Amino acid sequence: MSGWEQLSQYVMSGLTTGSIYALAALGFCLIYNATHIVNFAQGDFISLGGLMMYTLLGAAGLPALLALPLAVAVVAGLGVMLEALAIRRAKSRDLTVLIFITVAASALFRGVFKEIWGKQALAVPPLSPDVPLRFLGATLTPQNLWILAITLAAIAVLIYFFNHTLTGRAVRAVAINPKAAALMGIDTRRMVRLSFALAGGLGALAGAIITPITTASYHVGVMMGLKGFAAAVLGGYGNFLGAIVGGLTLGLLESLGAGALSSAYKDVIAFVVLLLVLFIRPRGLLGRGEEARV
Amino acid sequence: MLSVQSVDYSYGPVKALREVSLTVGPGEIVSLLGANGAGKTTLLSVISGLLAPARGQVLLGGQVLSGRKTSLVVEAGLVQVPEGRQVFGPLSVEENLQLGAYCRRGRQHRQQVSRDFEQVYHLFPPLARRRRQPAGTLSGGEQQMVAMGRALMAAPKVLLLDEPSLGLAPLVTREIFDIIKKLPEQGCSVLLVEQNALGALSVAHRGYVLTNGSIRFSGSAAEILGDRQLREAFLGPERFEGSTGNKP
Ligand SMILES: Nc1ncnc2c1ncn2[C@@H]1O[C@H](COP(=O)(O)OP(=O)(O)OP(=O)(O)O)[C@@H](O)[C@H]1O
Ligand SMILES: [Mg+2]
Repeated sequence: MSGWEQLSQYVMSGLTTGSIYALAALGFCLIYNATHIVNFAQGDFISLGGLMMYTLLGAAGLPALLALPLAVAVVAGLGVMLEALAIRRAKSRDLTVLIFITVAASALFRGVFKEIWGKQALAVPPLSPDVPLRFLGATLTPQNLWILAITLAAIAVLIYFFNHTLTGRAVRAVAINPKAAALMGIDTRRMVRLSFALAGGLGALAGAIITPITTASYHVGVMMGLKGFAAAVLGGYGNFLGAIVGGLTLGLLESLGAGALSSAYKDVIAFVVLLLVLFIRPRGLLGRGEEARV
Repeated sequence: MLSVQSVDYSYGPVKALREVSLTVGPGEIVSLLGANGAGKTTLLSVISGLLAPARGQVLLGGQVLSGRKTSLVVEAGLVQVPEGRQVFGPLSVEENLQLGAYCRRGRQHRQQVSRDFEQVYHLFPPLARRRRQPAGTLSGGEQQMVAMGRALMAAPKVLLLDEPSLGLAPLVTREIFDIIKKLPEQGCSVLLVEQNALGALSVAHRGYVLTNGSIRFSGSAAEILGDRQLREAFLGPERFEGSTGNKP
């Protein structure tokens, strides 16, 4: 393999995992902007997305066109439940308490997933038959392309939603100033709930498209969720564009770092770079300390 | 039209409102005057449903609003322009106005809403020139216009204004008060909360004076202005000296 081909291979695989980190990071941002909570159950949304695809696509034999939206809907529902049953009902409005509730919810979700799906790794069929493709010198599976395409599509939908629909603007208004938003007749609780649904949906999407490569399991999303959190911090926590840039940067760094050194250092490289960036730019790459446009 | 009946409110042990009652009739501009900490903002928060009163109730056109969610209060026609403007800074002027019409998002309102956009731009010409600009980059006076325009986009029956003149230059304050004066013609009554008593009373028909959470006086603008003791005791003489308004 020539140097160029190798580089191309690392870049493509970095963009693939980077897409997943970006989707996870967007989920973190959505919930943070709506509530200022860091949602540590975001990784479990990813796990459940993969597990649902295993069941719907593999076991139930549904077509992907049906299985994917169903998986997304189920996990969006879980997001709404997390908000309505745990966060909203908490007696405390203290952020530390609320964040801890998401940590507890995450442990609970993992326990339930383990009960239902067991401990073993589950093979999830790819969205289209696995024939290797060559692209700019790299060898890819169609699933790599699906991941990139679906991530781009999800980002496009989010951009449209937040900039061109009234509901999207209402969600942003609640993030900017919940009291003023309420005074405009916006039901702030509904917008918060919608943010949880969107975060769940994005997590499901990430899990559904990555598990044909990684396999699914009750905890497959945990590390991806943490990386998504790191990506969100890297980009500037709460900033949507930052989440995307942070996710792709982290994915590329991991992949290139693993190529240059050893894949054993993959996770270490990513977090060391994160620490370095935060040392120089405490607000992250694109952080400005205020809500930015999608 | 708007009727506040014996409202009590406490922040924990701190009594902020005691037996507050007031009314705003159709086509009226009513001013609520009071010094810092008198409870003016608290009263508006109770009226808007941001805070639930411990006792008493708020009615609009005979319909009980207290205990309802703020979004329903806004839909009923009671809309507040909060203290300190609180525009959505990163959003454009036009997006701010559009969010004001959130309670009229149904298709059946579309035509009326687009007419109201023009109406607001007509009422506040500086906003028309800055439609696409982020509202946070506007001057204080312009932001007050955004905040008022945004509230008017909800087509309120009663507009609640919390210290619209706060921090504005005298000339801009005059402009804002002149616009407030025109609102009743458009079917919108006004409850105007102010510390700038002269300015407020120059446009209001009637007024209430709030001190330490209770209404101490109510009467016509002329009565309040004429009562020297009231001025000094409840409003503080300094409020009248450097004031910007003129008597009507
Ligand atoms: N969130 C709060 N918690 C506790 N006490 C409060 C709170 N908000 C207001 N207060 C108290 O309630 C009283 C009334 O406050 P409020 O803000 O309604 O006054 P105001 O008339 O609007 O004053 P200003 O002219 O300064 O805006 C004050 O004594 C204030 O300290
Ligand atoms: Mg106040």
